[in-house]
Amino acid sequence: MKPDKMEESIITSERYIKKIDSVSSDILRNVRINRGFILWMGFLSVALAATLFAYTIQLKEGLIVTGLRDVTSWGIYIANFVFFVATSLVGMLISSVLGLSGAKWIKPIARIAEIIAVAFAAVAGLVIISDMGRPDRLPNVFLFGRVQSPILWDVTVVTTYFFVSLLLWFLPMIPDLAISRSRISDRPKFLIKAYEILSFNWIDHKKQYEILNQAVRVLLILIIPLAFAIHTVTSWLFAVTPRGGWDSSIFGPYFISGAFVSGTSAVIIAMYFFRVNYKLQKYLTEDHFEKIARVLVLVSIIYIYFNINEFLVPGYKLKSIDAVHLKELFSGHYAPLFWSVQLLGLVIPVILLLFRRMRKPFPLLIISGFVLMASWLKRFIIVVPPQAHPFLPVQNVPAEWLVYKPTLIESAVTTASLILVIMIITILSKLFPVLPIQEIAEEETRAEAEQLNSN
Amino acid sequence: MSEKKNKKSSEDSKIDEALESSRRDFLKKVGIVGAASVTGAAAVYSGYRYEKSKSTGDTIKVLTEDNRLVEIPKDQVKDYKPGLKVLQTRGREGINGKRWVMVIDLSRCRNARKCVNACQGAHYLRPYEYHINTLVMQESVNTPAYYMPKTCQHCDNPPCVSVCPVDATFKRQDGIVLIDNERCIGCRFCMAACPYSARMFHWQEPLSKEADKGKEYNIELNVPQKKGTISKCLFSADRLREDVLPYCVSACPNGVFYFGDENENAVTNGTTKETVSLSELLEKNGAYRLMAELGTKPRVYYLPPKNRLFKFEKGAETDYKETT
Ligand code: SF4
Repeated sequence: MKPDKMEESIITSERYIKKIDSVSSDILRNVRINRGFILWMGFLSVALAATLFAYTIQLKEGLIVTGLRDVTSWGIYIANFVFFVATSLVGMLISSVLGLSGAKWIKPIARIAEIIAVAFAAVAGLVIISDMGRPDRLPNVFLFGRVQSPILWDVTVVTTYFFVSLLLWFLPMIPDLAISRSRISDRPKFLIKAYEILSFNWIDHKKQYEILNQAVRVLLILIIPLAFAIHTVTSWLFAVTPRGGWDSSIFGPYFISGAFVSGTSAVIIAMYFFRVNYKLQKYLTEDHFEKIARVLVLVSIIYIYFNINEFLVPGYKLKSIDAVHLKELFSGHYAPLFWSVQLLGLVIPVILLLFRRMRKPFPLLIISGFVLMASWLKRFIIVVPPQAHPFLPVQNVPAEWLVYKPTLIESAVTTASLILVIMIITILSKLFPVLPIQEIAEEETRAEAEQLNSN
Repeated sequence: MSEKKNKKSSEDSKIDEALESSRRDFLKKVGIVGAASVTGAAAVYSGYRYEKSKSTGDTIKVLTEDNRLVEIPKDQVKDYKPGLKVLQTRGREGINGKRWVMVIDLSRCRNARKCVNACQGAHYLRPYEYHINTLVMQESVNTPAYYMPKTCQHCDNPPCVSVCPVDATFKRQDGIVLIDNERCIGCRFCMAACPYSARMFHWQEPLSKEADKGKEYNIELNVPQKKGTISKCLFSADRLREDVLPYCVSACPNGVFYFGDENENAVTNGTTKETVSLSELLEKNGAYRLMAELGTKPRVYYLPPKNRLFKFEKGAETDYKETT
């Protein structure tokens, strides 16, 4: 959404009206409940039901059905939670950081970034419930909540971030809904009705744009500290404990910089998907991929910098508690995982992306796939290994407690959360315009007008 | 610290006197229970169980909390058992005027594991579920190996209490860190925060789920244990309320444990029942606290394993298997 004043000359010009027609027909083509959508959602629902069945077993039997035990008591649920919160941060990066700094190219992808933010932030809250020993006592958090506990901060900021992200997805879409409501007459009634209600009698008035732009701008600024807060607080869940491997003063920025890497790669994958499946090559151009690839390089380099700090400094001193942990990562049990994550998911992608050919949509998709997968595994490396070596020796316990291995049920419940994310993304992108019609039309009209003038 | 039995018999005789006239009633049990209830009115009740009487209209005399002798209809007498509310309230308040401390003499520990067994028996734990565990410690090949009983350290600056989102784990004014299994949401943040690995989690139904049915939850015993919640060493707060030494302390055959009140500067050895000056004991033996550099301020002191009267022998570690 363009923050400055809408120029009336453009949005009343005939060229603009025509533009709206062509852009909206391209984008609204995908807004429909067709067979593909129903089949896809049906498939997801069946898969979700199957994985949720695993959760009912956990509810009945207790967390004993997971690989968690007294030694490693936080496992892939928490790693997955951290990953979700991290990935959702990309909404703020694209819309606020890049958007407010005046980068025009982010316009078509800002909404995609917000969809990712909304989906991941929404499910992050559920993921944390799956880790609770007593999910039935969730109300206790509100009844007896203590402000000293970082969990309380986390609950508060993740919820707020979710709602602000939802607003940042929805508010800039109001003009689009108004444009669309007359153009989707052959769609199901409920959808038309929804568009009518949600567009709030938008009549494309200059004043309306002013108010809307103002509101969005405030939210864009507000969400910056909020996004930093959610992931910093998430990092503090670990950093406030004295454990080796967690007891780090740079955990906040380390998590934030890592979040941008995973979020950017998620947006790239989504962009590619919409470009190909929704046939939006005209709007999500190679140039957009080129630009976002550069963003990925930038955030990855920053993350590498924090990684060096996080591992080199304790590795230099080798305080005994850090030493056991680092040895496990560098050459011990977790070494294969650690090195593949750091190299395949971070260093090699950065090197590859220095070549222009690799910044084309398809190679970029593959690279982003690696980066995203590594981002998930990185959260595992952050959460799990430090617990295996507490200060005092682990003795007189069953042998299987010593090394944490996620069980099938745990993996199924984690898969459920991923399915939920995909469902939310599907719904938001299939029932509503996935690209900003009005902004694209306006931008293109302006560009064409400028070209005419200069000729 | 006096033993439970003595106390009971003295109470018995006191009430017997007061109940001269109803001597034919068979006095079965008398208990004194401090009931610091919410109203603040109730303090100490005396009650007793009686054989079921056929005749109605009989009265008996009872000593009330404010030391008055009153007569009440016999068929209205009820055994006094503190309810959940009383247990919870007094459990959070702690025992007035006390500052409990434990001293563990490493030079005497031979890994008998009697402390472990007594504790697991009292709290209905599986053989590999620990409130107290004995560890083999050895810093390097050149330093001696020794056994170290490890309880919750009941820190004065407890990391677990700071991070708990719902105040389910809390610090009492008598120094004990307790857990409210009725409130704990099972997030295990406290486990992550504890540097002493003192906490255990009920990953499955607790051992005595069936036997515990219908029992009132005692926050000072963590019994009935609850699935999906945290448990850990409680310094046997339930025993302290009755003026008895903790389970582990009295079970040790080797005189490893001392327990007592910092305010009185006195600790009692669980094996010899000898009471000594806390400050002297600590000073003479060069006491230290576990990982004091973390700033947790433990209430458990260790006496170093020097001048041992026996050779360190590392027993075979038991191969524990998970059970249901
Ligand atoms: S597991 Fe229970 S006691 Fe521990 S921090 Fe969470 S709510 Fe508190």
